[in-house]
Amino acid sequence: MRAIAAIARKDLLVELRTKESVPAMALFAVTTFVIFHFGLDRDRLEGELAAGVLWVTLLFAAILGINRLFVAEREQGGFDGILMAPIERTSLLLAKAGALLVYLVALELIALPVFALFFIEEGFWEAVPRLAAVILLADLGLAVVGAMLASIAVHTRARDLLLPILLLPLTVPVVIGAAAATKPLLSVPLETSGVGKWLAVLALYDLVFGLLAYAVFDFLMED
Amino acid sequence: MLLTTAIALVFFYAPNDADQGFVQKIFYVHVPLAIVALIGFVAAGVMGVMHLRTRDDRWDQRSYVAIHMGVIFGVGVLATGAIWARASWGKWWVWDEPTLVSFLIVFLLYVTYYPLRYSIEDPQRRARYASVFAITAGAFVPINFIAVRLAESLVHPRVLNQTAGDMPGEMRLTFLVALAGMALLYIALVKLELTSKHARYELRRLRRLLEEEDRPSGAAAQPIATVPAKPN
Repeated sequence: MRAIAAIARKDLLVELRTKESVPAMALFAVTTFVIFHFGLDRDRLEGELAAGVLWVTLLFAAILGINRLFVAEREQGGFDGILMAPIERTSLLLAKAGALLVYLVALELIALPVFALFFIEEGFWEAVPRLAAVILLADLGLAVVGAMLASIAVHTRARDLLLPILLLPLTVPVVIGAAAATKPLLSVPLETSGVGKWLAVLALYDLVFGLLAYAVFDFLMED
Repeated sequence: MLLTTAIALVFFYAPNDADQGFVQKIFYVHVPLAIVALIGFVAAGVMGVMHLRTRDDRWDQRSYVAIHMGVIFGVGVLATGAIWARASWGKWWVWDEPTLVSFLIVFLLYVTYYPLRYSIEDPQRRARYASVFAITAGAFVPINFIAVRLAESLVHPRVLNQTAGDMPGEMRLTFLVALAGMALLYIALVKLELTSKHARYELRRLRRLLEEEDRPSGAAAQPIATVPAKPN
């Protein structure tokens, strides 16, 4: 437990001092919103289109952050240090997933208001509490799966190239669940029916892949 | 053998579908291919678990070949599926059929197995990572099908009961024979590929042995003939 906290704290401290990943992710997200504005030629979004734009953007921004977190660690020899320390390997997974979760929440704290400002007419703030639940569950899944796949990808020759193509198909259920849960919340007028079911799907995904990652992670960190 | 029977049954025994006619017969290729490929993927995951448990490279090889054949079958599934869709729905691809979409996602995921596998040099690490991938992806197959099905069933609940439920007897028999034939074909191909991989590996090992023996004893060394030849 202390090891997890220490590693996560280290990552967050590095991020606070260098301000490398989260600002880049946020900037990427905002730029992507602008791109979507031109690509779709729409001033205002609602319902499924809004949900789609939001989640695609968040997912791609997340990939940027996940890659950074692991490639930087590898480049600076952090993995070797952690492997030499007398701690459980799995704490690395949990710490990285925790740090990623913080990254993602920080990203969304910036990206969501901008999204609302750009695309949403009104009634956004009423949806926020429920939206927060959707986002948290989706973030959890992204963080766990992202941490696991990134620790695979970072040890290959292709490194950061491999992560997106591994991660995107595996996170399709997250996008399905999150987008479907977000769609009624961003509809005009606001709806809440059907959100619960999708929250359950997201929670199930988090649970299954959380356990799976926990089970296999030891094997990724052996030498 | 079984496959031949299946083909014969498909063409001579099973009745033509009432509203789809002859084209419906692609069903006997398409559906068994898909089922076998998916089972193969899940089996590859189980083999991945076996590899991580026993550290036996043969399990990794099996898992790899199972995925490899699954992907090849997957290409067949997508191709026959597209032909069928074109014939019966008038489009090469439709998005509102959950099975199609889930299969495509699974297929895309498994295609990434190759870049993953070939970009790790250390053989032990490669085997381990490939196994982890096989396990993760194997667990992903059912989850993905659930999620996609849920997503689509909001609009198209009818597909939920579209399974083999109401097939007439002759069709079902043909289908089952075709399924069994396809499964055997898959197993045979996996076996074949494994044997050839093993043979190639053996050959490389023997050749290396030969070279090593050649070097110290110079030209025309005698012990060449004593290298144990393993029949494959």
